[in-house]
Amino acid sequence: MKRLSGLLVLALALAGVMAAQSGLMITGAGATFPNPIYSKWFDQFHKANGTQINYQPVGSGAGIKQVTDGTVDFGASDGPMNDDQLKAYKTKNGVGILHFPTVLGAAVPTYNIPGVTGSLNFTPDALAGIFLGRIARWNDPAIANANKGVNLPANDIVVIHRSDGSGTTYIWTDYLSKVSSDWKDKVSKGTSVNWPVGLGGKGNEGVTGLIKQTPNSIGYVELIYAAQNKIPYGTVKNLAGTFVKADLASVSEAASGASKTMPEDFRVSITNAPGKNAYPISSFTWLLIPEKFKDAAKRDALKNFVKWAITDGQGDVEALSYAKLPKEVVDKELKALSKVQ
Amino acid sequence: MNVPSASPVADSRSFISRLRNGDEIARIVTFIFAATVVLLTVLLVYELWIASSLPRQKFGFAFLITKLWDPIAEQFGALTFIYGTIVTSAVALLIAVPLGIGAAIFLAELAPQKVSDPLQFFIDLLAAVPSVIYGVLGVFIVIPIMRTVIAPTLKATLGFLPLFQGPAYGVGFLTAGIVLAIMVIPYIISVSREVLLSVPRDQREAALALGSTRWEATWKVVVPFARTGIMGSIFLALARALGETMAVTMVIGNTPSISGSLFAPGYSIAAVIANEFTEATGDVYIQSLIQLGLVLFLLTFILNGLARLLMLLTASRGSGTGRA
Repeated sequence: MKRLSGLLVLALALAGVMAAQSGLMITGAGATFPNPIYSKWFDQFHKANGTQINYQPVGSGAGIKQVTDGTVDFGASDGPMNDDQLKAYKTKNGVGILHFPTVLGAAVPTYNIPGVTGSLNFTPDALAGIFLGRIARWNDPAIANANKGVNLPANDIVVIHRSDGSGTTYIWTDYLSKVSSDWKDKVSKGTSVNWPVGLGGKGNEGVTGLIKQTPNSIGYVELIYAAQNKIPYGTVKNLAGTFVKADLASVSEAASGASKTMPEDFRVSITNAPGKNAYPISSFTWLLIPEKFKDAAKRDALKNFVKWAITDGQGDVEALSYAKLPKEVVDKELKALSKVQ
Repeated sequence: MNVPSASPVADSRSFISRLRNGDEIARIVTFIFAATVVLLTVLLVYELWIASSLPRQKFGFAFLITKLWDPIAEQFGALTFIYGTIVTSAVALLIAVPLGIGAAIFLAELAPQKVSDPLQFFIDLLAAVPSVIYGVLGVFIVIPIMRTVIAPTLKATLGFLPLFQGPAYGVGFLTAGIVLAIMVIPYIISVSREVLLSVPRDQREAALALGSTRWEATWKVVVPFARTGIMGSIFLALARALGETMAVTMVIGNTPSISGSLFAPGYSIAAVIANEFTEATGDVYIQSLIQLGLVLFLLTFILNGLARLLMLLTASRGSGTGRA
């Protein structure tokens, strides 16, 4: 709360300064996961076009709420808005809201087992079983069969998950819901869920900290966080039956695999996507842009930004460990931009 | 504290003359300031109440006694969080009160000023450390020590008690209580030391003159005299422990469960609000979190009330009390 109000005060102060400097000021709020690349994009866009975009990384849920309430010009979310949220938006604002994928992220399993140094292979059944609490020991056949030659101890598994609401949790639980009907019935997917077992850590750093402190633990973090902090992580068996290690290429391939069946509104989950080397726990992150703007200048500037971000802007994403959008998706989005009026 | 107040003297003059020499203005201005605090509290409760109507309609009183917290099924109950908040605060006070008061007695009564003043400076510094620092300390120091030393020792010695059974992950009620204790000890020491120092010299000297030893004078005369103030320091510590968010969420395990074992992971009210508020979607979910805030407020209120009641009861039985 304190931090939120602090941010608000800061944002207001900044808004005052900016308004005095230049004419156009666009505000957005939402997901924290794409914040590093968004900040970079907004900065570059500002330098090139003079349009100031002020983005508050307050979380996907808060982003959806703020854009629905009309307190910001656009929102951003790691999970697509559900039908209820879309309906609520339409009731409140009279028009619809559109989803535009910007970059891709992934969640990876990371663990701390004394004596095991190599990368472990995880089958969907093993992951679902561990997180449901059914697979209680590391030497369970469901894990051991996929890791021949690794000396897994007979110790109890300690599950670590995110305690704060998070897009990473959404991706993780979305995947588990797809591969395990038990998970779907008992827990389902969301940014916060009622975990059957385990300890909660706040943020990627909280989960990582707990895993490092707890022998025989397993948890999940964002790929970008694992990559930047050189945290080792395991591979996951995808729909095609290959054990895939998450990296920029395998995440992008998951997006290409899913793009053939991409719906018109881009609200698609690409977890467990087809494709030989597709990493199965991947996801888009979206900008949420209203269909109609009262202010034509704002609308044009925002459309210009999206167009630039999904084309030229994609050149910057890999340096920050995000995966690029596949070309098919970009083409489709460019067409969809005309729906914003 | 015992100095006769100036107001009876001032009251004997006329309103105009009091207004002229500023007494009345000062009274009105300070009254407004005091009233603002009360007004803010009332407004806070009012706002929390208004903003949490949905869960009250949906769950009613069951909100307080249900364990399930499932954001997806939109089923919310506060019991596990209430339990975690009370248990961690109780553990914290059990550790912090004897340590804090003992240290305060040493600093105020027994230590030479050369030692006491620099030590007090460090204690005041500790009180100003942001709670996230204590959280980091908890994660990197208390958790490993808990898992490798404290938990095995407690299991070996007191393991027959249900309090010290079950697997010890390092995080949990006991760890959170210890970190909270470290956080609130400076408050207890600082306030208690000031109160002990303000006990009039003649109380102490009278006891010594009657032939008591230095410790007897301290323990039987000075400390009872300062009891009200010392209790005040404990209230302050309790309030801080109940509402602490950051440090607790880093070491408690963030698992909404109720367990008799202090090694088990749990969750506290403040921690769940901080964790889930930003990503909460759906009105019932958000309002349930707000209602948790209201519950925390009431909990603080009730526990403080109980503590005060306890103090009144013991004070009427005891011999000398600070308040005349």
